[in-house]
Amino acid sequence: MDATLADLIGLVYTIATLALVAAGLALVFGLMRVINLAHGEFIVLGGYATIVGVQHGINVWLCILVVAPLAVGLFGLIVEWLVIRRLYGRMIDTMLATWGLSLVMTGGFSMIFGSTTTGVSNPLGAVSIGSIQLGGYSLFVIAITVLLFVAAALLLRHTRAGLIVRAAMQSGDVAAVLGHDPRRIYQLTFVVGSMVSGLAGGVLAPLTGLAPSSGAQFIAKAFITVIGGGASVVSGTLAASVLFGTVAKVFELLATPMVGEIALLVAAVVLLRVLPQGITSRWLKGWA
Amino acid sequence: MGKARVFGWGFGAAAAALLLAPFLFSDYTLTLLCVQALLALSLAFVWGVGGILCFGQAAFYGLGAYGYAVCSLNGADAGVCVLGGVAAATLFAVALGAMMFYGRIGDVYLGVVTLVATLILYKYMNSTAGSEYAIGSARLGGFNGIPGFTPLYVPGRPDWPITGTALYALVALSLLGCWALCRWLMQRPFGRVLAGTRENELRAELLGYDVRWVRLLAFALGGALAGLAGVFYAVWAELVTPELFSLGTSADAIIWVLVGGLGGLAGPIAGAMALGALKGLLGAQQMVSSLFVFGALLIGVVLFLPRGLAPMLVAGVARLRAPRGAAHTTHTAASGEAER
Amino acid sequence: MSAPALASPVVVEALGVSMHFDGVTAVDDVSLRLRERELRCLIGPNGAGKSTFFKMLSGQLRPSVGEVWLKGRRCDGLQTHAIARLGLSIKTQVPSLMNALSVAENLWLAAHVHHKGEAADQRVEQLLTELGLGRLRASPAGALAHGQRQIVELGVALATDPWLLLLDEPAGGLTHGGVEHMAQLVRRLAARITVVVVEHDMRFVRNIAQTVTVFHQGRVLAEGDADAVLADPRVRDVYLGREAA
Repeated sequence: MDATLADLIGLVYTIATLALVAAGLALVFGLMRVINLAHGEFIVLGGYATIVGVQHGINVWLCILVVAPLAVGLFGLIVEWLVIRRLYGRMIDTMLATWGLSLVMTGGFSMIFGSTTTGVSNPLGAVSIGSIQLGGYSLFVIAITVLLFVAAALLLRHTRAGLIVRAAMQSGDVAAVLGHDPRRIYQLTFVVGSMVSGLAGGVLAPLTGLAPSSGAQFIAKAFITVIGGGASVVSGTLAASVLFGTVAKVFELLATPMVGEIALLVAAVVLLRVLPQGITSRWLKGWA
Repeated sequence: MGKARVFGWGFGAAAAALLLAPFLFSDYTLTLLCVQALLALSLAFVWGVGGILCFGQAAFYGLGAYGYAVCSLNGADAGVCVLGGVAAATLFAVALGAMMFYGRIGDVYLGVVTLVATLILYKYMNSTAGSEYAIGSARLGGFNGIPGFTPLYVPGRPDWPITGTALYALVALSLLGCWALCRWLMQRPFGRVLAGTRENELRAELLGYDVRWVRLLAFALGGALAGLAGVFYAVWAELVTPELFSLGTSADAIIWVLVGGLGGLAGPIAGAMALGALKGLLGAQQMVSSLFVFGALLIGVVLFLPRGLAPMLVAGVARLRAPRGAAHTTHTAASGEAER
Repeated sequence: MSAPALASPVVVEALGVSMHFDGVTAVDDVSLRLRERELRCLIGPNGAGKSTFFKMLSGQLRPSVGEVWLKGRRCDGLQTHAIARLGLSIKTQVPSLMNALSVAENLWLAAHVHHKGEAADQRVEQLLTELGLGRLRASPAGALAHGQRQIVELGVALATDPWLLLLDEPAGGLTHGGVEHMAQLVRRLAARITVVVVEHDMRFVRNIAQTVTVFHQGRVLAEGDADAVLADPRVRDVYLGREAA
């Protein structure tokens, strides 16, 4: 019974990590139809920002929750201005350019930080629930992810800004005619998306060692989750995370973590074959 | 018939260059450059002519290499090993292509699926350490890969190895042969129909062409060519590792084709060789990461030279040679330039 | 503008076809019958379902309900290219050519479906001459003026030697002279093959029409001889404010 509870929490944790990693990309893709293939490196940048912050004596929680998002948000602003905005509407070109950006960032990381793995120590110890030991930090990750998605859903559905964003998602022209500059909306979206990626990187920094090439492990899963989810940012990402996370965890428990990873990828291919436009092209439409 | 003459000159020049190069550079390096050029050619055909953006050409490359290694360690004759490698790659291309094209998935999703397919192979191969992961007598070896298989020899005569300069000659000739084959196909009805499906899929369907089948054939050919490149890589390196399946390898192929010029064949071939050489030079120093340079190059090409370097160079040469007003003729003929 | 011979066999039959999209019914229980070498015009306001109906004939859409029969073969549910090979050719509402390829190449691709080798090249030459496109043969299709594109599209549609030709707004965007020219071409074609035309230009319709079918909100509102239909008060109502020329 306790083992099942541990597994269940492990499942929620897997889903949460997937959703957290995909969130930034989902926001940008859902609104702008931009696929940022450097997304993994944005997350890694958040991680490095956290590490650097901690090295300079800033409180680790501050680094994770404030420094990382701000740093990557700023970086995102620069990238949007230099590259992304020149390629609006050209999806394939954006994918190619951002792939180039990911190479630039990976190369940059190794030039600046060296190719050794660094990290931040886990700031939370183990927590006991009943007779099982859980990583306290895992619970933190789950909590942050839930907060993030709830905040996103509330913002999109119940605020004026959210309404404008959703309108622009449907039609940039209509939003423009109503007086809202779509370019500003896109710029803001990309920056917010970058900040979310930075947050993810900060949150995940204490868990995994960071190396310049760490981005690759994030982009594939994020990419698949976002495409699998479909056009709706919040509901799509959550649905896809639940689906893929469950598949991965189940196969991990049945076999090995590697099998779980591969099962996730296979599930993605199958899903896209059946629902080429993602889950939310058929179900949970219009939930934002 | 202007285009045929241009091709003739280009092909001749390339053949001459390949013939003379070993006197200037090491044929060890040149062989690798030719292998990479062949990989670039495979993607240039599938993407430039077929309009199929494959993010995972590395999959076929790796399968070709592993196919050769596995066959060789199981004692097969060299000729069979080569066929085995190419067959492995082609079969995977057919399976993957059938699933994608008959599922009618669109542009971006094609990219995702091919990316994921390569990733699956990469992760799987990396996890195959341990003696239980073997095909016959060939252990897959996890991230260390498979070493120690027999180098290439003349089929049936194991005492006549093909290495060094002889291997270079074989690879260079194969490159030229495959290039000529692709060029020939582009002028044939198949190639012209393929170009049509690239330009306007719906129109091609409405005319009566089964676009799914045409694309599958093109994709399979691309897989076979990449597989052959993989086989040559294996016999050149005498080691195959999961890195062959990596996103990095796929990215390289894409950069070569884009920089060389999407839509043509000569551009990507030249691009692959030039950039391969550049990577080698960059690798020799520690200051600037080659990833950094290639990434910046890719960004630059997408932003400023979407048609790649080759068309710019060709146009430049044409402007130097021809009198004003003659530029119109570059637009005629059977194989149009591809739009992304 | 002769009336179709009543003894001609029925070559196209749509039986109670409907098209439902996510809560919108674009075509609602339409039944239509066409005889060999008939020239039929489909008219009706925008959104009345005419183009959707065409797409159900060509195979681009599968009817939610109903059957489509072409020359005695059940065709709803067949792939687009299979229906095309049976002898149906369509010029779409939105111009659709291979833009980067030359006019000659566009025609060749169409001709090659049923003609191989030399025969395809000859067919291309024939069409270039017939349609007066000779001097445009090497121009990229995307570089042509709108009127020229319409002619090339017609050529492409004809190059497959169809027995059934669907033309979706062939006069769209043409000048007065261009409309006349197109009407002439269509009338000549109708003498040899079955032609169905969707149009808004009433001058064009009056110029070519034998039988006219009026679509309204996905249904067939009226059908019959051109003059009768266009004088029908219900049809006038539907076209409120529009001059039926």
